Amino acid sequence: MVDVVLDVQNLRAGFPTPEGFVKAVDGASFSVRRGETIGVVGESGCGKSITARTILRISGTSDQNLSGRIEYRPPGRNAIDLLGLRANGPEIRAIRGAEISMIFQEPMTAFSPVHTIGNQIVEALRLHRDVTYEEARVAAIGMLKRVEMSNAERSIDAYPHQLSGGMRQRAMIAMALMCSPQVLLADEPTTALDVTTQAQILSLIREIKEALGMSVVMITHDLGVVAETSQTVAVMYLGRVVEIAPVRAIFNDAKHPYTKALLASVPKLESRERLEPVSGMVPSPFNRPSGCPFNDRCPAAMPGVCDVRMPSETNVGDEHTVSCFLYGGDEDGSRRVDGL
Amino acid sequence: MGAYIIRRLILVIPTVFAISVISFVIIQLPPGDFLTAYVATLESAGQIVDQAQADALREQYGLGDSVWVQYWKWLSGVLTGDFGFSFQWQRPVSELIGERMALTILLSVASLLLVWVISLPIGVYSAVKQYSVTDYVFTFISFVGLGIPNFLLALVLMWWGFSTFGTSVGGLFSPEYVDAPWSVAKAIDFLSHLWIPALVLAIGGIAGLIRIMRANLLDELPKLYVTTARAKGMSEAKLVLKYPVRVALNPFVSTIGWTLPGLVSGSIIVSVVLNLPTTGPMLLTALQSQDMFLAGAILLLLSVLTVVGTLVSDILLAWLDPRIRFH
Repeated sequence: MVDVVLDVQNLRAGFPTPEGFVKAVDGASFSVRRGETIGVVGESGCGKSITARTILRISGTSDQNLSGRIEYRPPGRNAIDLLGLRANGPEIRAIRGAEISMIFQEPMTAFSPVHTIGNQIVEALRLHRDVTYEEARVAAIGMLKRVEMSNAERSIDAYPHQLSGGMRQRAMIAMALMCSPQVLLADEPTTALDVTTQAQILSLIREIKEALGMSVVMITHDLGVVAETSQTVAVMYLGRVVEIAPVRAIFNDAKHPYTKALLASVPKLESRERLEPVSGMVPSPFNRPSGCPFNDRCPAAMPGVCDVRMPSETNVGDEHTVSCFLYGGDEDGSRRVDGL
Repeated sequence: MGAYIIRRLILVIPTVFAISVISFVIIQLPPGDFLTAYVATLESAGQIVDQAQADALREQYGLGDSVWVQYWKWLSGVLTGDFGFSFQWQRPVSELIGERMALTILLSVASLLLVWVISLPIGVYSAVKQYSVTDYVFTFISFVGLGIPNFLLALVLMWWGFSTFGTSVGGLFSPEYVDAPWSVAKAIDFLSHLWIPALVLAIGGIAGLIRIMRANLLDELPKLYVTTARAKGMSEAKLVLKYPVRVALNPFVSTIGWTLPGLVSGSIIVSVVLNLPTTGPMLLTALQSQDMFLAGAILLLLSVLTVVGTLVSDILLAWLDPRIRFH
């Protein structure tokens, strides 16, 4: 059996809004192996950020709008169902930042503008470890050096607005790594950065992941980022994981029509063909199509099937599963994930 | 930070100079001067005023000089601590306003502290527990507080104090201490009288700042840096106080600047109703009787205090918020 550190099963999370209930995550399942990077890709609004935040229970969803199971398996201890913990209670807080930590898309707004980054990084360590301020500061400078922060001894006393975007993101990563977490949730960590910095930050995350032996959940809308960092890819659409496969299989042998459409929309150097956008728009969260969520945009949709029932996960290859009626979807032996 | 403070200090000089000019212009604006008003009062009471005597008085106080000379005489006096002579009270202005100014400042500081101590926790609570029953209760109370004119509140409190405790709550001292020299007993008496006017003057500010704090904090709470702090494993109470409240605090500091003028201009009626020995009522009568040196001195000192208050709040803001400091 593979060594799984985080197992998300049939996760549902939603928000009541004045216009109606929004199902942000609607039965998402995937698992994160120890020491591996899993890329979670999808368009804006597909629920990937909410999924990551729900793992840490910081999505602001109230308990009655959450269901499913998020099992965290710390080494040498019993597994913990994170959804079973009290939101903001001491148990989940002991895990946040210490065992599972998170970095965000916008390093400018992710740091408090009126505190030095050092203050905020030192705090990350002192919340979980019994160290003095001085010890924590030394550790923080060490971590800033490790993330290749220029002039770490001075930068630690800088305010966020005094640093460049790339340096801020390095500081953010340093903060997330202070307690050597098992899992790093990276929510579009390079989207706000220019391409050069983006490449540096990605290789930094890759190096540190190797060195610390941690797992990374790389949330992104950019297939390039996935190709560069991930071993496994989970493709999300409207709150569901529609395909999971090793990164090679996704790029060479994508099965789900949505994954194919996503790949077709990415420019390739060797090809001179016109880019094909995914047809249609992401449906409004209040007006989701019945059946398979992708059926109204799918070129291969089968009327009477796809718009009636929800396809379940089908194994189509080595660690490659897809939720689509083209490959079975509701035959016997397939793992039914969702009864609705 | 040092350079910022020096820059702000240098800016104070032209501001205060402009204020002195404006104060002087204001007290010169009404037609006539104190003597014409004085003569008119005497004549309406049936007394005959000798024109020569009036002219002599006018000459003595320099009222016949040109405006520039009068301004210069006044300003050079002020710079040496001589604020001129009050015609109405027949005493030097500095002697008249010294204690009143000190009491005014004390009262302002006391009501400012009350405003902060009460509105900060309530505002934070209202924002964190938005739309809870308690939030609605506080919101209701603060709108009532904003809506009640504070002189009315002063009257009601006085009536209540009188009918319940049987003591007069007006003034800042019990009658036996009004003219007594300062002593421990007088200070205790002062403190026991201070809270009612301080509370009356604070109510409007409390209600306003609760709304401001609540709105500001509601703006800050959904920000990403709050989520970051939460993702670090900080407890809710600790992270709310350390991060968003700290950012939402700026308007509190800004209140220092406008508390003094607010207390004086907006609360003359309260001071009259509560019989407070502050500068407000004195400024009112000085302006009515064209007691120009007294009025000018009060206007000038209050304006300077406002400038000082603004300076203090600016420096505090810069200390609180590095984004101000570095720009």
